[in-house]
Amino acid sequence: MSTGITKPEEEEETESQAVGAARAAGESAYGQARMDESEIDAANEASQRRARRAVEDADRTVELKVFRYDPEVPEKEEPRFDSFTVPFAKGMTVLDALMWARDHYDSSLTFRHSCRQAVCGSDALFVDGKQRLGCKTQVADLADEGIPGEVRIEPLPHAEVVKDLVVDMEHFYDQMESVEPYFQDEDTPDGLNEQRQSRENREKIKMSTRCIWCGACMSSCNIAAGNNEYLGPAAINKAYRFAMDEREGEDLTEHRLNIIEQEHGVWRCQTQFSCTEVCPKDIPLTEHIQALKREAVKKNLKFW
Amino acid sequence: MSQSYDRGLVEDFGRWTEFSAGMWAWIFHKFTGWVLVGYLFTHIAVLSTAMSGPEVYTSTLQGLESLLIVRFLEVGLLAVAVFHILNGVRLLLVDLGIGLESQDRSFYASLILTGAIVVASVPTFLAGAV
Repeated sequence: MSTGITKPEEEEETESQAVGAARAAGESAYGQARMDESEIDAANEASQRRARRAVEDADRTVELKVFRYDPEVPEKEEPRFDSFTVPFAKGMTVLDALMWARDHYDSSLTFRHSCRQAVCGSDALFVDGKQRLGCKTQVADLADEGIPGEVRIEPLPHAEVVKDLVVDMEHFYDQMESVEPYFQDEDTPDGLNEQRQSRENREKIKMSTRCIWCGACMSSCNIAAGNNEYLGPAAINKAYRFAMDEREGEDLTEHRLNIIEQEHGVWRCQTQFSCTEVCPKDIPLTEHIQALKREAVKKNLKFW
Repeated sequence: MSQSYDRGLVEDFGRWTEFSAGMWAWIFHKFTGWVLVGYLFTHIAVLSTAMSGPEVYTSTLQGLESLLIVRFLEVGLLAVAVFHILNGVRLLLVDLGIGLESQDRSFYASLILTGAIVVASVPTFLAGAV
């Protein structure tokens, strides 16, 4: 029922009354909203004042240059960089600085984070030209000496930006799933028997189990950037973790090698070492990809 | 869904100052590889002048060697070939899974060695031309 249309006079009284009531209700609700808005403004101003005071009191401050983009708000459709001055505290990580900026300057600043201890893999960001975990990167480490004057924070390259620092991870997860990243075995031991792994084998796959699915490697990879079908370093590392696990039977290992030796599997890797450089968990990704390449060759080489 | 923002060059070679050793090795290897493929064609063209007789071949070579630019191009060719060979050995080791932790150092080593060999070759290549 639209209140914007002027009704003819011969309209039933009850309905025009209802319209009037609805109009009045709408106006009062609008007034309420305005009051809330002014309260929000006041709260914002108070928080900005607090921020200014904190910045003035701080011995040292860091300038964050943060990528901003929001396709749903017309004024924010055009990507831009916002600067936030954040007081530096010893031990401050890039994520801490971002959270301070969000809490004190602009509550609409959007980024993913969860555990803050480099386990959940939510906050991989492009910090000063490199893929890093926000929670694992000390602000003080970004400068050669002392603290950096300016820290540039962008969303992961080669991924669609959803808003500000949030990127669409769907493609990355699809690639991870496509290598069947779970333990499968046709003959699990009966009853309560343990399925033991030798120490040597555990050592072999140790580093590859550390992946936290943050997507930093995929974002850094030049090949994955130009080829959406390429499995990517993280997925191949997952495949390595299971293909090299001795507890899986030979048939399964062969099945796994069949997946990774496809056209867009391991052979797309050009050993640029970008993934290995950026991995926040120090997984030797290139080494694992190369090992799988050798396994794939060994599987297919037949001298008879 | 609204269209996401295309960050364009920012994602590619606009970041070249931030490339790491492995990335540079890859770029140089591709570049030198294509230069060598290109050289192969000129090489065949020059050699095939011998089909019109030994005198033509000799005069072609003498004509080319008398040009100063060709002398410099030869130095460049050596640089390209030496780097491609050395980095090729490095890539072979990478493929075999040997010394992947020191891949950046082996790249720098091949660069330095290339430089040294090229500098040492300059007197030979430019002899009589300058």
